[in-house]
Amino acid sequence: MSAVDHPAPAHEIRERFGFLRRSYAMLIKEFIQLRRDRVSFAMIVMLPVMQLMLFGYAINTTPHHLPSAVLLQEDSDLARSILKALENTAYFRFLYEVHDVEDFDNLLKSGKVLFGVEIPRGFERAVRRGDRPALLVAADATDPVAASSAIGSLGMVVQTALKHDLYIGDPPEMPFEIRAHARYNPAAASSLNIVPGLVGTILTMTMLIFTALSVTREVERGTMESLLSMPIKPVEVMFGKIIPYVLVGFVQAFLIISIGVGLFGVPVFGNLFLLALLSTLFITTNLSIGYTISTLVQNQLQAMQMSMMFFLPSILLSGFMFPFAGMPAWAQYVGEGLPLTHYLRIVRAIMLKGATMENLRYDALALAVLMLIAMTIAVTRFRRTLD
Amino acid sequence: MNGGNGIAIDVKGLTKSFGGREVVHDLSMQVKRGSIYGFLGPNGSGKTTTIRILCGLLTPDSGEGTCLGYDIRRDAEKIKRQVGYMTQRFSLYQDLSVRENLEFVARLYGLADARGAARDMVKRLGLSGREEQLAGELSGGWKQRLALGACTLPSPKLLLLDEPTAGVDPKARRDFWNEIHALAADGLTVLVSTHYMDEAERCHEIAYIAYGHLLAHGTVEEVIAKSALSTYTVTGEDLNELAAALTGKPGVDMVAPFGTSLHVSGRDVAALEASIAPWRERSGLHWQKSHPSLEDVFIELMSRSKDNFQ
Repeated sequence: MSAVDHPAPAHEIRERFGFLRRSYAMLIKEFIQLRRDRVSFAMIVMLPVMQLMLFGYAINTTPHHLPSAVLLQEDSDLARSILKALENTAYFRFLYEVHDVEDFDNLLKSGKVLFGVEIPRGFERAVRRGDRPALLVAADATDPVAASSAIGSLGMVVQTALKHDLYIGDPPEMPFEIRAHARYNPAAASSLNIVPGLVGTILTMTMLIFTALSVTREVERGTMESLLSMPIKPVEVMFGKIIPYVLVGFVQAFLIISIGVGLFGVPVFGNLFLLALLSTLFITTNLSIGYTISTLVQNQLQAMQMSMMFFLPSILLSGFMFPFAGMPAWAQYVGEGLPLTHYLRIVRAIMLKGATMENLRYDALALAVLMLIAMTIAVTRFRRTLD
Repeated sequence: MNGGNGIAIDVKGLTKSFGGREVVHDLSMQVKRGSIYGFLGPNGSGKTTTIRILCGLLTPDSGEGTCLGYDIRRDAEKIKRQVGYMTQRFSLYQDLSVRENLEFVARLYGLADARGAARDMVKRLGLSGREEQLAGELSGGWKQRLALGACTLPSPKLLLLDEPTAGVDPKARRDFWNEIHALAADGLTVLVSTHYMDEAERCHEIAYIAYGHLLAHGTVEEVIAKSALSTYTVTGEDLNELAAALTGKPGVDMVAPFGTSLHVSGRDVAALEASIAPWRERSGLHWQKSHPSLEDVFIELMSRSKDNFQ
């Protein structure tokens, strides 16, 4: 080396704003590494788009042309009219007409049909008499989501369709009762409900994993030893590692919401700025939790496993999959401790109900508290030595 | 800072255990400012652990001392600002370019002009034109150079180099040592661990550590003299046979082949000469009393310490 020929010019060292300088150093480094990591970079865009397409279309709770069967125990004009009306809703498609209960049951059991309508013997006569007989609707319980919204719309649809065929009094009153054998599921409304939920779910998953790997990666690549020997503090490492991903999360949230609005026709009734602000808070909370995981585990595999451990309850107990109010009390308590629960309320309220900050104070505060707890744990858990 | 006394590292009684195994035992050492201090010893002898204690990466179980006048227990953060530590394993970011790695270090230490400092270092390292190459794609020798460059970038007062030349070709090793001497000439203190005897001989002072114990220290000449080892160099035929016959004889502490010759050493001259007497006059063997080499001394120290501690 040629140090003797070119002595290094002494460079001035600045002590002021050391915190910002060192955090900035870390942040720039993380950005560069992120840019170099083509796979992660592709994931930032592909993951939300693919998941949204997949779930957005797959979790479609407005079913169409559900394969159905009818058990006709009487062949009356009224029965024919009802079937016709049901078929006109485009919810049902009657593939089978059976006259025997056993055949009817077998069709449902084998999965050939998801839906069965049973018109009992003497139905028309009972209607004419004003006895309000029951029209039995049996839904395949293995797919309650698909069934429930079809059932939900059944009553109205039939009533409208039958207006001309039946004498319906004023105020209109159903001349028969629809007895459905499936529970109504309020969460299974439509993509209007799913897409905002997906914003939170996708962000939880991607943000968590990005930072969950960040510290263990440095340890496994051997760069941690060098980093620890330099004058950087745990808080500075944390900020340097979190901030680049806040931007990444913001891009993801923007992508998902744009697709939701453009492709799935989800409205945004509320203030976009408020949505962006609270989304940033949620993103930072998740990044902090991911970073905390990173300081708790030994290697990248453990980091992935722990992220999953956090991700699963987030999906199940946050109100994304099942209605929050329907969960037992203990599950609701757990749910309150998950950022996704609060964000789901926020994002659904802003997008669908046009909620303001006034309405969302509690959930925003909860997110901030969770973030601070995670950061505190991370900073105290961060090992400053190799002991 | 009590820097006036000219001592960069002054530690006493350092002890460190991992999982019940004592890796460093009651280690005391002093390193003068501006000197190159060689740290020698077999693998797993506690060299890396000692270096990590010195730069604050590990806290000793017991013992105390100062590094650049700062307490190694209390002032780890202050020590970190003035110490450049080059790890045994390449620990720069492989997915960052040469320039980006240097800028990162410069920013972390708060250099006012991080880009300028990195640019100067690239020039100084002779890496001009390769600034944008990823660090992970550099050859072993260049990685070493870059790592040293990153360590010296914030103008530290003390360099801790953990086996910096392991796996580097002789030419690159020689360049590396020239650089270290140039840095020391500028007043930098360098503590360097190594396995190579030729490198040890380029140090101002050396310390030999085995199984956590500091067994010898001083200048190369002092260490050899203190060993009180008498060595005979034998050349001739059937040296393997001779080696087998002499091993374990009273007074013969070490028998080691060196190329076409055999080194026979012992601390008790009388016993050694008595044991080798029957072979002294044997035809085909040429005996010569010689000075023990540093390697002789170390191998002898190592075999002795093995008996004591293992």
